[in-house]
Amino acid sequence: MDILAALIDGIVIAMQPTNLGLAILGVVVGLFVGAMPGLGSVNGVAILLPFTFVIQEVTGTATSPMIFLAAIYYGAMYGGAISSITLGIPGASTAVATTFDGRPLALDGRADRALVTAALASFAGGTISTILFTAFAPPLASVALDFGDPEIFALMLLAFATFVGLGGDDIPKTLFSICFGLVLATVGFDIISGEPRLIFFDITGFSNGIRFLVLAIGVYGIGEMIWTINSSRYKNTMTDVKINAGRVIASIRKFSDAWRGTAIGSLLGFFVGILPAAGATPGSLMAYGVAKMTSRTPEKYGKGSVDGVAAPEAANNSASTGSMLPMMTLGIPGSPTTAVLLAGMVIWGLQPGPLMFTDQPEFVWPLIGSFYISNVIAVLVNLAFIPLFLWMLRMPFTILAPLIFVLSLVGTYAAYQNLFDVWLMVLVGVGAFFLRILDYPVAPAVLAIVLGPIAEPKLRQSLLLSDGDFSIFITRPIAGPITIIAIILILLPLIKLIRDRLRQPKSSESA
Amino acid sequence: MTISMSKMTKVAALAAFAWTAAAGAALAFEPTKPIEFVIMAGKGGGADKMARLMQSIVEKEDLAPRPLVPANKGGGSGAEALVHLKGATDPDHTIMVTLNSFFTTPLRQPGLEVDIMTFAPVGRMAEDTFLLWVHKDEGVTTFDEFLAKAKAEGNSWVMGGTGKNSEDNIITDFLNENYDLTIKYIPYKGGGEVAKQLAGRQIHSSVNNPSEALGFYESGDVIPLVAFTNERLPLFPDVPTLKELGADFSYFMQRAVVGAPGMSDDALAYYTDLFSKVYESADWQEYKSGRSLMGDFMSGGDLKAYWDTQRSRHKEILTASGAIK
Repeated sequence: MDILAALIDGIVIAMQPTNLGLAILGVVVGLFVGAMPGLGSVNGVAILLPFTFVIQEVTGTATSPMIFLAAIYYGAMYGGAISSITLGIPGASTAVATTFDGRPLALDGRADRALVTAALASFAGGTISTILFTAFAPPLASVALDFGDPEIFALMLLAFATFVGLGGDDIPKTLFSICFGLVLATVGFDIISGEPRLIFFDITGFSNGIRFLVLAIGVYGIGEMIWTINSSRYKNTMTDVKINAGRVIASIRKFSDAWRGTAIGSLLGFFVGILPAAGATPGSLMAYGVAKMTSRTPEKYGKGSVDGVAAPEAANNSASTGSMLPMMTLGIPGSPTTAVLLAGMVIWGLQPGPLMFTDQPEFVWPLIGSFYISNVIAVLVNLAFIPLFLWMLRMPFTILAPLIFVLSLVGTYAAYQNLFDVWLMVLVGVGAFFLRILDYPVAPAVLAIVLGPIAEPKLRQSLLLSDGDFSIFITRPIAGPITIIAIILILLPLIKLIRDRLRQPKSSESA
Repeated sequence: MTISMSKMTKVAALAAFAWTAAAGAALAFEPTKPIEFVIMAGKGGGADKMARLMQSIVEKEDLAPRPLVPANKGGGSGAEALVHLKGATDPDHTIMVTLNSFFTTPLRQPGLEVDIMTFAPVGRMAEDTFLLWVHKDEGVTTFDEFLAKAKAEGNSWVMGGTGKNSEDNIITDFLNENYDLTIKYIPYKGGGEVAKQLAGRQIHSSVNNPSEALGFYESGDVIPLVAFTNERLPLFPDVPTLKELGADFSYFMQRAVVGAPGMSDDALAYYTDLFSKVYESADWQEYKSGRSLMGDFMSGGDLKAYWDTQRSRHKEILTASGAIK
C-alpha cells in the first residue's frame, strides 16, 4: 500500500501545470526527433540537456527537468516508428524492426493501420513496463545484477536463435547473413585486447567500427530505395491513402488483432531493457523474433503483419522504461540515452544509485508518476498527428525517392558528424541491394551488428572466467536453461530441414 | 637527471604562465562551430561521467559560445580516440578527456604512431584515486584477509577491471607480483560495468575509482580495503593506504583535457582558459571533493612535464610486467 500511496502522490505532482506542460512539450519534441532518420532519443536528450538547467532554476526542483527529458525519451520511441512505416527508413535504431512489417503495410495502403498499431502498442508497452517498474523496481535491480557475462551471452545466443527463422525459409542464407553481420561487427578496435581489427586499406574511419545506424540507414534507406526503383521502373508507385478520422478509429478498434505482439514486446522489452548491457534496440529486435517464432502464422511476418509492428514498438517503449531501472537503482545506464540522463541527474544534484529510492523519494515518485502521464500524452499526440504523417505517403515516388536519399545522407551525418560514415552508408546500401537481388535476407545481418558487439566480449569474458571451458554456459543456474533453449531453437529448423530433405530427395535437388 | 628535469619544469611553467597571461588578455580565438569532445572511454565509466559533467558545467555557466559535443571513443583502450585526434581535420575544435591510457596505449601500440607530446596541453582537471574493493559478503574486511583469501583461491580469484593493460590491470599486476598472488584479471568495457559486476558478485574484487564504486559503497554492498594513494582519503578516513601497510606504491589516474595535435596557440589558450573556469566552478569543486579526486589544475609546460614523467613511469611499469619490451 505504501507504494500505491507514494505513486498517487507522485502522479499528482506530475499533473501540476508546469510538469504537465513540460511533459507535453517533451513528447512533441521527442516525437519529431524520433521521426527524423538518424536522430534518436539520445540526440534529443543530449541537445536539450542544457535547457533543463533553466527549467531547474525556474522550478527549483530536479523533478521537472527529469520529467521533460523522460518525455522526450518516450516521444522519440513513438516517433521512431513513423519514418519506419511511412518512408521505410528507421527513424531511430530502436525502430529498425518496425520497418520489417510497417513498411509492407504502408505499401499495401494500410499505413494508417500500421501507425495506429505502432502508437497503441507503444502505449501498451510503455504502460505495462511502468507498472512493472512501479511494483518491482528494487527486486528487479538485483535480477539485473545476477546477470553476469555467461548469462548475457546466453541471452544473446537466444536472440540469434530467434532470428534463424527470421530470414524466411532459407536457413543457410540466414546463417550466412548472420555471420556476415558478425564479421562487420568486429571491425574496429577490440575492447579486450586493444588491438585494431579489419581496418580495411588502413582507412582510419574503420577504427570506429561499422556503426549500427550506418548499416541500418544504408540497408533500409538507400538499399530499399534502389530496390523500389529497380522493381517498379514503369509503374506509378504512389500509395493511395485516404485520410479520415473514421479510418483511424476503425484501426483503433482493430488493435486487438495485435495483442500477441504487444504482450510479447511489452514483457520481453522490459526485461531486456533492465539488463545494463542491452537496451531498446536489441529488445525490439528480439521481441520481433520471438513474436514471429511463436506465431501460428509466421509466414505473414515481413509481409505486413500487425503483430510484427506491435511487437517491436511495444518492446522499444517497454525497454526504455526498463533501462531507467538500472539507471535509478544502480546508477548504471542501460542505454546511451540513460547515460545522458544520468549525467543530467548528477548536475541537478541527485545521486543515482542503490540508495535513490530510499533517500530521494521526492524525486523518484513524481518521475514514475510522469511515466504514466507521458505515455497517455504521447499516444494522444501521436494519434492526432497521424493524418499529417499519412500525407507524406501521398507524395509520388519521384519526389519521395530524392527525399529519402537526402534524409539518409543528412541522418547519417547528423548521427556521427563524419563524412566517412556517410560514404560507408551509401556503399552499404548498394551492397544491400545486391544481396537482396541474390535473395539473401538482410535483417539477420542488421541484428548481428547490434548484438555482435555485446555478445563477443561477453563470450570472451566468460571463457576467461572458466579458463576456456565452454561448460560455463550450461552449468550456471541462469545461463544454463537459456543456452539450452537457444541451442534447441537453432537446431529445430536444421533438423526439420534435414528431415525434409531425407524424405523428399527429389524436391531438395530441385531446390 | 631529476634536478635538470625539475629546473626544466620550472622554466617551462614560467614561460607557460607568462604566455597564458598574455594570451588571456585578448581572446584571439573563439570556437566558430560545435567543439568535438572526445572521451577516451566507454559510456558510464569514471571518465565518461566526468566528461559529461564538464560539458554540463560549460552549458550551465554559459562558458562557451558553441556547445561541447561528447563522443565516446573507447575502443582499443583509447587507441580509437588517439587515432581520431591525430587525424582530426579541425584541431582547433577537437579536444579530448584522457585517462592513463593516454600514456600506456601509445607505448603498447607503437604502430599507432601517436606521440603524446604533440597533443595540446589544455588542462589537468584532477588526479583520480584507486581503492581495492570487495563485496561485503566476501567475508573479507582487511587487506591482510584479502591477501590470505586471494592466495588460497589462487587462479579462481577474479579481479575485474577496465580494459587490458589499463590502470586496473597495472594495479592487479602489482598485487600479483609483490604479494605472490595469481589473481585472474578480466577486462570490461568501463568502470561502471565493473562496479555492477562486483555488486552482483560476478567478480571477487575490483580497483574502481571512488566515483565508480561510490553508489554501491554507500548502499553497503561493497567495502574498500586499501587505498593506492600517498595519504588517506578524506572520504574514506578509516581505509589505510598501501604505503601504511608497507609497500612503496601509489597510483593515480590523470583526468586531463588535451587538444588535438596541430591545435593553434590561440585555440590552446582559449581552451586552457575555458577549462580553468570549469575547474574553478562550484559544481566541479563539489564533484572533486565528493568523489575523492585529488590534484590541482595544471596546464601548458607544467602539464607536458607531468606527461613526460608519467610516460617514463608507465614505460617502467609496462616493461616490468612484460607488456612491452
